[in-house]
This record gives sequence, structure tokens and C-alpha cells, in this order.
Amino acid sequence: MIFSAMGIWNYWVVFILMMIGLFIVIDRKNLLKKIVGLTIFQTSVFLLYITFGKITGGTAPILTGSSLTVYSNPLPHVLILTAIVVGVATTALGLALVVRINSVYGSIEEDDISAQDLIDYHDQNTPIEKTREKYSK
Amino acid sequence: MIDYLLIHFPILIVVFPLMMALIVVLISNNFLSWLVCLITTFITFLISIFLFNQLQDVSIISYALGNWLPPIGIEYIIDHVSIIPIIIISGIGFLATIFAYKIMPTEIDSNSISKTYSLWLLAIAGLLGLVTTGDAFNLFVFLEISSLASVTLVAMGAKKDRQALIAAYNYLIIGAVGATFYVIGVGLLYAITGTLNMNDLTERLADIENNRALIAGFGFMILGIMIKAAIFPLHIWLPRAYAYAPSAVSILLAATATKASIYILARILFSIFSTSEELVNYTLTYIILPLSICAMFAGTIMAIYEKDIKRLLAHSSIAQVGYITLAFSVGTKSSIAAGFIHMANHAMIKGGLFMAITSMGYYIQKRITLDTLSGIGKQMPITFFCFIVCSLSLAGLPLTAGFISKLYLIKASISSEGLWLGFLILFSSALSLVYLWKMIEALWLNSKDNNQPKVKESPILYSSLLVITFLNIYFGLDASFIVDSSFNAADMLIGRR
Amino acid sequence: MISIENYILLTILTPLIVSITTPFLAKRTLLRDLLGPTGGLISFWGSIQLAGSVLNGETPSIEIIQVAEGLSIGFKITPLGAIFGLVASCLWIFAAIYSVGYMRGNNEKNQTRFFTFYALAIHAALCIAYAGDLLTLFIFYEILTFSTYPLVTHNQNDQARNAGRLYMGILVGTSLILLLPAIIWVWIITGSLEMSHNGILAGKLDPKYAPYLLLMFAFGIGKAALMPFHKWLPAAMVAPTPVSALLHAVAVVKAGVFTMLVVLTNVFGIDYLTGSGASIWLIAVASFTLLTSSIIAITKDDLKARLAYSTISQLSYIVLGGALATSLAVQGAAMHIIMHAAGKITLFFVAGAIYVGAKLTKISDLDGQGYKMPWMFAAFFIGSLSIIGVPPLGGSWSKFLLMLGAVDSGFIIVIFVLCISTLLNVYYLLEIPARAFFKSSKKEINPRIPILAALPPIFTAVITVLLFFYPHHLKTLTEMMVIQ
Repeated sequence: MIFSAMGIWNYWVVFILMMIGLFIVIDRKNLLKKIVGLTIFQTSVFLLYITFGKITGGTAPILTGSSLTVYSNPLPHVLILTAIVVGVATTALGLALVVRINSVYGSIEEDDISAQDLIDYHDQNTPIEKTREKYSK
Repeated sequence: MIDYLLIHFPILIVVFPLMMALIVVLISNNFLSWLVCLITTFITFLISIFLFNQLQDVSIISYALGNWLPPIGIEYIIDHVSIIPIIIISGIGFLATIFAYKIMPTEIDSNSISKTYSLWLLAIAGLLGLVTTGDAFNLFVFLEISSLASVTLVAMGAKKDRQALIAAYNYLIIGAVGATFYVIGVGLLYAITGTLNMNDLTERLADIENNRALIAGFGFMILGIMIKAAIFPLHIWLPRAYAYAPSAVSILLAATATKASIYILARILFSIFSTSEELVNYTLTYIILPLSICAMFAGTIMAIYEKDIKRLLAHSSIAQVGYITLAFSVGTKSSIAAGFIHMANHAMIKGGLFMAITSMGYYIQKRITLDTLSGIGKQMPITFFCFIVCSLSLAGLPLTAGFISKLYLIKASISSEGLWLGFLILFSSALSLVYLWKMIEALWLNSKDNNQPKVKESPILYSSLLVITFLNIYFGLDASFIVDSSFNAADMLIGRR
Repeated sequence: MISIENYILLTILTPLIVSITTPFLAKRTLLRDLLGPTGGLISFWGSIQLAGSVLNGETPSIEIIQVAEGLSIGFKITPLGAIFGLVASCLWIFAAIYSVGYMRGNNEKNQTRFFTFYALAIHAALCIAYAGDLLTLFIFYEILTFSTYPLVTHNQNDQARNAGRLYMGILVGTSLILLLPAIIWVWIITGSLEMSHNGILAGKLDPKYAPYLLLMFAFGIGKAALMPFHKWLPAAMVAPTPVSALLHAVAVVKAGVFTMLVVLTNVFGIDYLTGSGASIWLIAVASFTLLTSSIIAITKDDLKARLAYSTISQLSYIVLGGALATSLAVQGAAMHIIMHAAGKITLFFVAGAIYVGAKLTKISDLDGQGYKMPWMFAAFFIGSLSIIGVPPLGGSWSKFLLMLGAVDSGFIIVIFVLCISTLLNVYYLLEIPARAFFKSSKKEINPRIPILAALPPIFTAVITVLLFFYPHHLKTLTEMMVIQ
């Protein structure tokens, strides 16, 4: 049984990384850490795809002269390149938002931000400049 | 030359706004960027109408990207099912762009306006690509394009209220998690079938029975799409995102973004997995149906307790999405048609409501709540009238488009599930009248301290609003266009059953 | 000559045109105030032509628009519809003249808005009268509710706002939650929304489900004010009296009972009802409402509140007649639509005239004022007699037919109910002219009633007398309603 478990070692890693990533996104209050969690989550998916692509006994999918070769599937790699780009864009956008949030709220902890929002909620007509003054350190 | 273009319309409808988005960001003059954006959305709308006409002769238009033939290449499909969201998205995009001209400068920094329009076009291109594509992974790409563009658009509302930033952040994180779930699902399906093309997937899935990977893949895909479509209880990101976004963006997103995802849901359930009937029926009856009923009531009840108008309308959107998914979950041909009818009508209704509220907010200058609205309806009779018509349409009262969709929805539910479902739908409709009436009363009757500015309505603001209101009434009287298209769509989706 | 189909359009569109043109004449108050009575005359003439055509055995109809497959909006003149159309358009003439007198005499604000929505409500009522199928009926039923909201909340104070909420809440709530699914249920069973002369449900609906469908219809038609959904009527009395007079004594409530009769005769059918016994529970509910609201009416000191509860009671007469489901009872119910409308509008006109002229609203304040306003109280007396059902007033015909119908149906207890209720009517209605003429006055007042507000009640009181002597055509119409 250990051998069959080891045979799908990759999938175990995928699964564990996925859960770690998801847990970080849900549990951590720091906005930056959430993005890190998201990245871990997305990376696990990359690993999943690439593992699909590997064929037992397959070699790199590059045409050389010889026939009679089993090639690994190159398509998942292409898909993952796309997904990595998407992930990079998401991370970049997330980080930009975090920078902006930091400059406006003065903190990147979700608790602090919620607390400030709650105060604002009762004080509905606060434009952003006034709040920046109010909370600037 | 035109003939050459005509063949490529299926891809042009996506690529044209995409290209123009890149051009608009380079324009620094605000008026010019709006103008280019307007022309682009107008041409996109024309293309969608043209595609609709073409569909009268051919039932499916299939376009192979880069001449790589499917199922190996990526395919774009325009058929009776996808043409409905295409027309909705391009139409609303055009009307919202007209409306945005006056509204954008009040809420966004003047040197960010052309960038906002560029993102606007990007979002529209992403949504159009989402509904046109016939390849599962390409769908993920467009899902993310539209999602990232929407997030940035929402964050642009930070000038007016900084809570837009945290709303956009939440939208981003939750949306990315959802899209990643979807991609896991696609990966699992790819592993067992070897193909990504939706039609091919359908064929190959037919041969596979009782495979855990299939069930897992199905589950992940549905979960991911449910997050994007804001189906209860995965809707948390929506109220704040729509409430704090710039008003023009709320109009665009509220009317289109969730619709595209619901369309994808219908595709997955009824098209790709059409052969795994047991699995799909189980999901529909035990998961989507109860969640839709919860959505209807949760959305409506939360809206009743909201004071902030845009959040109220966002909660109401959750309830309306519940109606559409309810229609799909009943699963018969007439109920799926009812779902599409409501999809089309709700886009018009929500678009109209947001436009009306935005027009009023333009003059009030403060955050629009039930208290700040007091009595302004009397000074803006045209806008108020349009608001009333769209509210009555939302509640499903006769002579409006909303009535038609309610009628078909209830008829389909009573026919297959029995009276109890019809009662639930009508009960939540009656409840929705409570918050609608609160808004109408707030607009009509003054509160104690009446210090409303004297306003004179501006034609630019209410012209697209009038168009949408007119459409609401027109499709309430002569619904044959929408009803026939929806029945065609339902026919195509589950033809034999 | 105008074709008969165009008469339909003429009758229905006239109030709509009046409603649309009124805002443009806001500055020229004389022209604006003339629009109402003129429109009323034109509509009344049109409805007479339509009634004449029905008496000749024709059924004029016109389809306006095809909404979708199987759904259309169209109009068809049935005998019952012709009756309601005559009532609504004729009484509009008097109500329009009266409202001018009332609004001017009271110096009311927002008169243009008032007249606009007034005409719109009449338009909706006429469209209900001539509705060709259940969809059209439902559409204009809802439009009637919404067009009367600005009228009910005319005063725009807190009391009006709360009354408006109750009004809309009950009427729209019942119609959305009960009436609409009932209509859709009928649509599913029979495949269409058309109604036919002797009911469309026979053979299509298992009789054991019929009581439930009827329950949905009966309580869904909130405008018929069956208990417990009757509260909107007394609440709506905050509206100015012309609204209470025409709409809540004639148009809105009559639209409700009209819809109820239409459902009972043209959707269920008299034979189906007697065969399945589906309406027996409705007889009990209607009788309960009848008696209870009469008893409540006795306790009310506010004149309009007493009249409101009297209206609820009289509406249940009509529902009772329909529920008894014999041909004489149904005819009595249809006649009562006419007789009660004429009588009740007289009573409300007088109540409003007293308010405008002397600012009195409580019955206890009316002691001994009879000799100061003799014509008003005389009209009140005649109207009351008509509602009580005393010959030689028109109301006696409908009471008589209802009693005959009750005997026919075998429910003898109904006769006792009707008798007890008549006695109660005598008490709470005749108390008013009695106190006015026979008691000594407590207050010294100098009533100045505008002439335009004083004439209509006299005319409508005369109509109640005329209806006794000339009911022939109306009787023929009711007979055509139940003919096999």
C-alpha cells in the first residue's frame, strides 16, 4: 500500500499544498499573507496539471530523428504557462491593492480595516481625504 | 472586404473591444477616450445583432481560432443559447457607456478616466469571450480577464469611498479561488478524456461511467462557477463590490457579470454533462434547488433591512440570480426557457434601477441611502417614473418585462414541481415589494429636514435610462422576441428531453 | 357609423386620454375640471352602445396585442361586463362633477395630480369590465391598485402614508400570492387563459381540488374585501371623499366583486360549482363577513368608517350570491352591483358634502343638523332605503332576487342571514337621518355646501328610484349572464 501511495506522491503534494493555500487564504488576517496563500493554492494546481502530462517512460516532447519514442504530453505545460501568467497578473493586482489599502487605511490587517470601516459606516459621508487625515499616523 | 470580415465576426466580437482597450489607454483626452469607447461598444453591439441575424439561417456558427480545427484547436461557438448573453452584454455595455459620460468624472480622478474606459472595454471583451468560447480552458482565461478587469474597475471607486478597495480585494481573492477551483475541475476532466473542447468533452464523457474523477471534476467546476455567479451562500463578495464601485461600473457589472457565469453554469450542467443524467439531476435537486430558494429569501430579506441603496439593489440581485438558478434547477425545457427569459429581463431591470439611482445620486452628491433620498423623486419626474417602472418590473407586476419572466417561471415550476414552489416564488416577489416600496416612498415623501438641492434633469443622463425603461415596457407587451429566443435556447440545450 | 369594436376602444380610451391631457391643463383649471364630466358622458354613451349590442345577442371583442404564444391582451363584452361598464361610466359623470365641487370647496392641493390618477383609475376599471381573458383582467386589476395609491395617499401626511402601506400591502400581497398562482393554475389545467360562458374548468379539474382553487381566487381578489383581508377598505377612508365615493364604493370594490363573479361564472361555471360543492365554504365566509362587518359598522361613530364597513357587508352580499351558485342568486348578485353602487355613492357624496360644508365627520355631531341641510339628508335617507332594500327603491330588486336564489339553493339559513343583516342595516344607516331630523342640535353651524357638491347626490338618489321602475334592460342582461 505504501508503494501505491508513493506512486501517486505528486498528487499527495498537490492535495496538501492546495489545502495549505486555501487555509491560509481563509484563516490569515493579514492581506499580504492571503495573497501568499492564494499563490500557493494556484501553484498546487500547476503541479496537478503537469503531473497529468507525464507519461510513464515518456521523454521530453521534442522531435528528434528517431521514431519509437513515447513522448510526454506537452499540452498541460502550455496550459500551465497560461495559468501562471494569469496567476502573476492576479498577484500583481492583489499586491497593488494592498499597497493602496496600506496608504489609505494605514494598516494591512483585516481586523484594523474592519474596525475603521465600522466607524465609517456610522459616519456615512466621509470622503477619502478626511479619513486619511483622521487615521494617518 | 466586408465579406472577409463577416466570416470572422465570432472572434471579432471579442477581439475588437480587446484591441480598442489597448488603444484607449493611450488616449489622454477624457472626452476622446469616452468617444472611442462608445464607438467600440456600438460596433460590438452591431456585430452581435448581425450574428443574431445569421443564426436565423444556420443554427450553430462555429469558428476555428487560427484555422486550427477543433477538437484540437480552440473553437468559438455562437448558437441560440450563447447569443442571448452576447446580446445582453453588448447591449448593456453600449447603454452603460452612454450613461457613463456624465457620471464618470464625478467619481473618478480626471487623469484616470481613460484608464477606466480601457478597463471597461477589457471587462466587456472578457465577458463576451466567456460566453462565446467553446473551449474549457479558454473559458478560464476569459473568466480571469473579465474578473481582473472588474476588480480594478471596482477599486476605482476608492476616490469616493475607500471601502471600495477592501471590497475589490475581497472580490479578487474570492474570485481567484473560484476560478482556480474551476481550473482544477477542467484539469480532472482533461485527465480522463484528453480533450478540452466542450463538444468533444460531451461525446467522450458519454463513454465514461461511474468515475470518481468525473464526479470530482464536475464538483470543482460547478463550485468555481457558483462562486463567480454569486449563488448563495457563495455570494459574499457581491454586495460590497457593487455598492462601492463607481456607479457606472455598478450598472455594467450588475446587469452582465453574473449573467455570463450563470450561462456557463447552464452550459456545464446541460451541455457538457448531458449524458451523466443521474449526477446532474442529483446536483440540481439536492444542491442547486434548495440553495436557490435560500438565495431568493436571503437576498430579499437582507435587502429589506438595508439602508444603503446600492447595497440594497446588490442584495436584490442575489435574490434574482436565485430565481434564474431555480429555473435551471427545475430542469424541464420550459423552466430553462424561463431561466433565459429572466436572465434577459433582469439585465434590463437591474440596469435600469442602477441607472435611475445613479442619476439621483449625481445631484445629491452624498452616499445614496434611504434618508438622503428624501423627496428628490418629485423634482426628477422622468427619472422617478423610470425608477417606478423598473421597480414594478422587478417585483413582477403586469405590463412589464418582469411579469413575463415571473409568469413563465411560475408556470414551469407549478407544472413540474407543484404549487408549493410557485407559492415560494410569489411570496418572495411580494416580499421584494417591501423594499421597493420603501425606496419609492422615500423618493416620494419628504423627511423632516428637507434640504434637497433644486435639480433640473439632464437629458444625457436620462436618455439611456428612458431606452431601458421603454424596453422594459415593450418586452412586457410584446415578449415574443425574448420568449421565442429563450425557447430556442432551451430546445438546443436539452432538445430530446 | 362607428363600428362596434371602435366603441370598445372609445369607451376604454376616453378616460385614459382624459388622464393624459389633465396634466397639460394644469393652469387652465376650468378646462381641466370640464374634462372629467365630458369624458364621463362620452364613455357612458359608448357603454350604452356596447350594452345595446350585447342585448342584441352580439359579443363584440377586440384583440389589442399578442404578448407571446397563448398570451394576449384583448377585450370582450359579456353581459356582466356590460353591466359593470355602464355603472362605472355613468357614475363617473356624477363623481367628476362632485369632485370638482369638493376639491374647490375644500381648497385642496395637488388637484391636477388628483384628477389625472382619478381618470386613470376609471380607465383601469373599464378595462377590467371589458376584459377578454384572465391575463387582461389581472393586468388591469393591478393597474387599478397602483393608480389608486396616489389618490389614497393624497394628503401625504403620516396617516395617509400608513394607510397607503396597508392598502398596497393587502391588495398587492393577496393578488400576487394568491390570485396570480390561481390564474396560472387555470392556465396549466386548461391550456389557455380564455374564459367562456359556462366555465372552462368542467372536465379539466378534479372536483376535489376545486375548493382549493376557489380559495386562492376568493382571497386573492382582495378588492372584494372578504374577511380577513378587508382592512384596506376602512384604511382607505383617509382619502378625500370623491375617492371614497367613486373608487371605494364603486370602481375598486366593484371591480373586486365583478372579478369574483366572473371567476365564479365564467371560469368555474354555475353547473360545475353546484356539482362539486366547491363554493359551500364561500357561502359561510361571505355570511360571516356580512354579519360581522354590519355589527362593526354599528360601533363606528365616524361617518365614513361606518359607510366603509357597510360597503364590506354589501360586497359580501354579492359574493354570497355568486357562491350560492343558482341562477337567480347570481342574477341578484349582478343586480346588486348596480343597485349598491348607486345607493352607496349617494351616501358617500352626502358624507363628503357635509364635511366640505360644515366640517363635520362624526355621526354624533350630526344631531339635529337635518334642517340646515335638508336636501342632503333626504338624499341620504333615500340612498339608505335603497341599500336596505325597501321598495320603491332599486335595491329591493336585488335583495328580492338574492332571497329567491337562496331558496333555490336549499341553504335556508342564508335567508336568515340576509334578514338579520337587513335589520342591522336599518339600524346603522337610518340612525343618521333619524338623528339629523329628530334630535336637537348640539352645535350651531352655518353650512355652505358648494352647488357642484350638492347636486350629484340628489341625482344619484333619483337614479335609485328610477332603477326600481325601469330595471328591464338590466334584468335582461343578468338573465343573459346565466342562460345556458
